Amino acid sequence: MIREFTQSEFIFILSSARWTLLLTVLSLVLGGLFGFVVAIARTSRLAPLRLLAAGWIGVVQGIPVLILLFLAYYGLSMLGFDLPPIVAASISMAFYASAYLGEIWRGCIQAVPWQQWEASTALAFSRPQQYRYVILPQAMRIAVAPTVGFIVQLVKNTSIVSIIGVIELARAGNLVNNATFQPFKVFGTVALIYFAICWPISLLARRLEGKLNASRAG
Amino acid sequence: MGFQFQFGAVFARSDLLLEGLLQTLQLAGMAIVFGGLLGILLAALRSLAPRAAGVLIDVYVELIRNTPFLVQLLIIYFGLPSIGVKLTAEQAALIGLVVYLGSYVTEIVRAGIESVHKSQIEAGLSLALTRWQVFRYIVLAPAIARVWPALASQFVLVTLATSVCSFISVQELSAQASNIESDTFRSFETYITVALIYLAIALTLRVLFAGLGAVLFPTGSGLGRLRGQSGA
Amino acid sequence: MPVVQVEGVHKRFGEVEVLKGIDLSVESGEVVAIIGRSGSGKSTLLRCINGLEQIQSGRIQVAGHGLDASAHGLRDLRKDVGIVFQSYNLFPHLRVGENIMLAPRVVLGVSKVEARSRAEETLAEVGLAERFDAWPDNLSGGQQQRVAIARSLAMRPKVMLFDEVTSALDPELTGEVLATMERLAAHGMTMLLVTHEMAFAERVATTTVFMHQGKVWEMGPSAKLFDAPQTAELKQFLGGGLK
Ligand SMILES: Nc1ncnc2c1ncn2[C@@H]1O[C@H](COP(=O)(O)OP(=O)(O)OP(=O)(O)O)[C@@H](O)[C@H]1O
Ligand SMILES: [Mg+2]
Repeated sequence: MIREFTQSEFIFILSSARWTLLLTVLSLVLGGLFGFVVAIARTSRLAPLRLLAAGWIGVVQGIPVLILLFLAYYGLSMLGFDLPPIVAASISMAFYASAYLGEIWRGCIQAVPWQQWEASTALAFSRPQQYRYVILPQAMRIAVAPTVGFIVQLVKNTSIVSIIGVIELARAGNLVNNATFQPFKVFGTVALIYFAICWPISLLARRLEGKLNASRAG
Repeated sequence: MGFQFQFGAVFARSDLLLEGLLQTLQLAGMAIVFGGLLGILLAALRSLAPRAAGVLIDVYVELIRNTPFLVQLLIIYFGLPSIGVKLTAEQAALIGLVVYLGSYVTEIVRAGIESVHKSQIEAGLSLALTRWQVFRYIVLAPAIARVWPALASQFVLVTLATSVCSFISVQELSAQASNIESDTFRSFETYITVALIYLAIALTLRVLFAGLGAVLFPTGSGLGRLRGQSGA
Repeated sequence: MPVVQVEGVHKRFGEVEVLKGIDLSVESGEVVAIIGRSGSGKSTLLRCINGLEQIQSGRIQVAGHGLDASAHGLRDLRKDVGIVFQSYNLFPHLRVGENIMLAPRVVLGVSKVEARSRAEETLAEVGLAERFDAWPDNLSGGQQQRVAIARSLAMRPKVMLFDEVTSALDPELTGEVLATMERLAAHGMTMLLVTHEMAFAERVATTTVFMHQGKVWEMGPSAKLFDAPQTAELKQFLGGGLK
């Protein structure tokens, strides 16, 4: 039976956005923690650590999110973890995010002038103290804008996890379309909801970037 | 514990893998060529054309960049036929990829164009070059040279994004992977194999684009070539 | 026992030997100026003294610490050796007072109250007591350099190293920094300073060292060295328009 695209369908789609947002937040937090470790390892003085981090970044950035998702999903279940789709999805998105955030943050750490390392070395700071009190606070300011920009990528890529049965925005759209056969209306609505989430974040990222550049020039 | 890797069953379907690989490469290649051209064209239009056109281009860029590629693909694949435009999945995928990549390339090249200094344009005009020559050689070529690394990584990203086309049943690499998987039930092995193939593609492309950049932009700007052509 | 003792130090960057056997000792309370042409190895010598560069052979002793030590030993040494560079390198994310308090707090583990009183004290010493809450970016170059000096002093070092600390400054700002250093010297701080300010070296330094091609070419009481240079190279250097 063909249903109409009515208010209740719209509300179904809109409310599925909570899974999109939850996935984004989970993968941002998990991926952020992991990405932080990647960035620190990538700027380590120990060559093996640097290599390991570079390898992780290179590998993850060379594999589609969709395949990362399947790898995490089947890999984890093979190891005996029978995870609910939302968890498997968050983990794979976190792997994905860790590589991109790790690489972004590496750049931010290296953007701090080397004289800041030297000045703090001369003041007898240990390496962890330098990171904690001198380098990271400065790197963080540089990192805000590109990190916010990356969140947009993250939101968009959560759409891919619809394939393992998480009923987030894209999947909800699919379900409604299968019932109503009004693809323009349905997917147009889905797209607009994504846009309503992503565009403000994009604008924010751009504004933050402008602010940072202005403060640097001044 | 009892799990044993068995890649044999997966390799036995290497014909499918090859088919998928070719489809992926074909999609990615065409997307990069047409999406790249579209983006350069729109970026150029945006800096040359009247304001109204610029606003339209901005709207396109913002809309595409702030919505998932998957949803764009679904709109094209399911939406266009519903208004009478007949499309194969491959055609829908290609349109989607070109539209998607085009928006990113527009944005990247636009940033490159904006970074070209006014004084260089004036210098070009004072050399009695036409406006078009100035734009082509003094603005566009150096702009692209400058943003080439960003373009290259966007090209790699779009290549990986072709995997999303499996959602609309394009038989590219990821789709073939799920075919093999449902044949052999060796899910993990299948996806490891496919992941490695994608990785190889990505690495190859990175090397290729770096080399291409070195050949196309030997001096890091288009001015060298201009000088060569004018014979001076 | 001298505060700084450098014996037979050789330093190479790859194939290039930059320090070719340096001997130098600085007694407590002494002010030693190092002069010489660009590239003669002055900065490298200072950087070796607080372990920012590793030496290939020779011995360096500073305030009782040997330089051959571990990372931990190096840090102990640096607690006793302040260094100020040509570029001030203040921490831009911290206010002036916090810039000065950070190392005593984090590295020495002194209390917040103690760190604050050190910061106020050293800021007063460099004549910037009222800029405690300013941001580094809002200070002039000369003021930033004086904060950098205060930041080093707050560690209560036994010796201070200065590497051309006025070279990046406009001429009208040089004076305030030199005055600060002169006051430090008068208060008995042991100092080793690389400088192009010959008049300053002559007036303030007890000893002046002329470096040439990675060696201590000539060295002696400042008055004597400037009045009656012995070597042709020093004569040429001093006559070369700088005086
Ligand atoms: N990190 C380095 N790597 C390689 N060579 C270096 C390095 N640091 C210094 N050098 C070289 O060592 C030599 C001495 O440099 P140094 O900075 O000590 O000279 P300087 O006397 O301080 O000169 P200036 O008056 O210009 O500051 C120079 O030839 C310089 O190029
Ligand atoms: Mg020097």
